[in-house]
Formats: sequence, C-alpha cells, structure tokens
Amino acid sequence: MVTNVTSFGRSGLYDWVVQRLTAVYLAMYFVGLLGYLAFSPELSFEQWRDLFSATWMRIASLFALVALCAHAWVGLWTISTDYLTSDLLGSKASVIRFAFQSACVIVMFIYLVWGIQILWGL
Amino acid sequence: MNDKRPKNLDFSTLRLPLPAITSILHRVSGVFIFAGVAVLLWLFSESLSSSEGFARVDSWLSMPITKLLIWAILSGLLYHLIAGIKHLVMDLGIGETLSGAQTGARLVVALSIIAIVMSGVWLW
Repeated sequence: MVTNVTSFGRSGLYDWVVQRLTAVYLAMYFVGLLGYLAFSPELSFEQWRDLFSATWMRIASLFALVALCAHAWVGLWTISTDYLTSDLLGSKASVIRFAFQSACVIVMFIYLVWGIQILWGL
Repeated sequence: MNDKRPKNLDFSTLRLPLPAITSILHRVSGVFIFAGVAVLLWLFSESLSSSEGFARVDSWLSMPITKLLIWAILSGLLYHLIAGIKHLVMDLGIGETLSGAQTGARLVVALSIIAIVMSGVWLW
C-alpha cells in the first residue's frame, strides 16, 4: 500500500487529462518529425539547422519537451506507486520510491535545460 | 499494516493474457524511451552543433551498433505510440469488452511488428 501522496496534480483526474493531452501532442510532434526525416533522405546541415532555428519550431519543440516531461512524470509516478510498494520492498519502500521519483524529476529537469540550450544555442 | 490482509490478485500465480502482456510492454517501453531520450538529445545536440557535428552523426548512423541502438529506441517509441493510440480509442468507449480488448491487443502487436520492421528497413 502506498501511503504518501506525491502526485503533482494531487488529483487522479488531473493526471489522467495531462497524460492524454500530452500524449496526443507528442504523437503529432514525433509522427511529424519522423515523416519529415523519412521524406528528406538528402537532408543537409543547413536545412536541419534552419528547421530548428525557426521560432515556431523552437516553440513546438520546447513544448514537446515539456509535454514529454509531464507525460513521463505521470507514467513513472504510476509505475513507482504500483511496483515500489511495501508489499514488494518492505519498510524501505517509501524511501526507495521517493528516491526513484526524485531521480526522475532530476532527469526531466536535465532534459529540459539541455533541450533549451540546444534550441536557443543555434 | 496488517500483513495477514488477504490478497485479491496475486499476479505471480496468474498466466498473463495477451492484453496484460501488451499493457506491461507499454509500461516497459515508456521507461525505455525515457532513458532513450538522453541518447536522442545527445545526437540532436551534436547534429545541430555544426556541419562537422552533423557529418559525425551521419557517420555514426551508418555504424551497425548505432543503427541497432536507434532502431531499439524507435521500436520502443513506435510500440508505445500504437499501444497509446489503442488506449485513447478505449477511452472513447470502443473495444472495452473482453473480446474487444483481445482484438485490440492483437491489433497492437500486429501493427507494432509492421511499424518496427518498416522502421528497420528505413534505417538500413
């Protein structure tokens, strides 16, 4: 049983909606990007750089990264509260789960800062 | 907590049906992609750093090991995407019956295999 509540939204419905909305956006972003790559076999550095230095693409990509972090948070939080439980891990479960969730947040923060550096460093 | 509480479902004694397997794979692929984003961001950063960086990424992508790694991440992404679309379809109330869930799971497996093979053909 999980006794501490660490969900950002503090509401399952809020998390559920965030997970779905970010999923739809991420699906559109990645299908679009994969389609672009699939149909540009002779892609040059200039084309690639011009695509991501365009303001609209920077914003779309930054939003994708934010959506990815929010989506991953809901998913990883769900996984941690399903599997890192006192049933499976005993009395240390809360500590392990909190450490796992903290590590996830740190990784998300690194991804976000890294992504901003790449996009605005062009 | 009372340890003698009865367990309603002990998963270790159950044989997982196909929808359960596709569901756990959805979670596994999600965790895998989350780690894979580090690789993708690194390649992304390198490819945009300079025309030399772009050429370096291009040459890495022609190496079998890198191709395999990218294919693995792409496979995780495609599977997660297709299983996710099935989830959204079920949110709309479609395929929520027992037989509907089985059909949905079979569709997810079939479409994922097709998409993963196609992405492999594209990479090689």
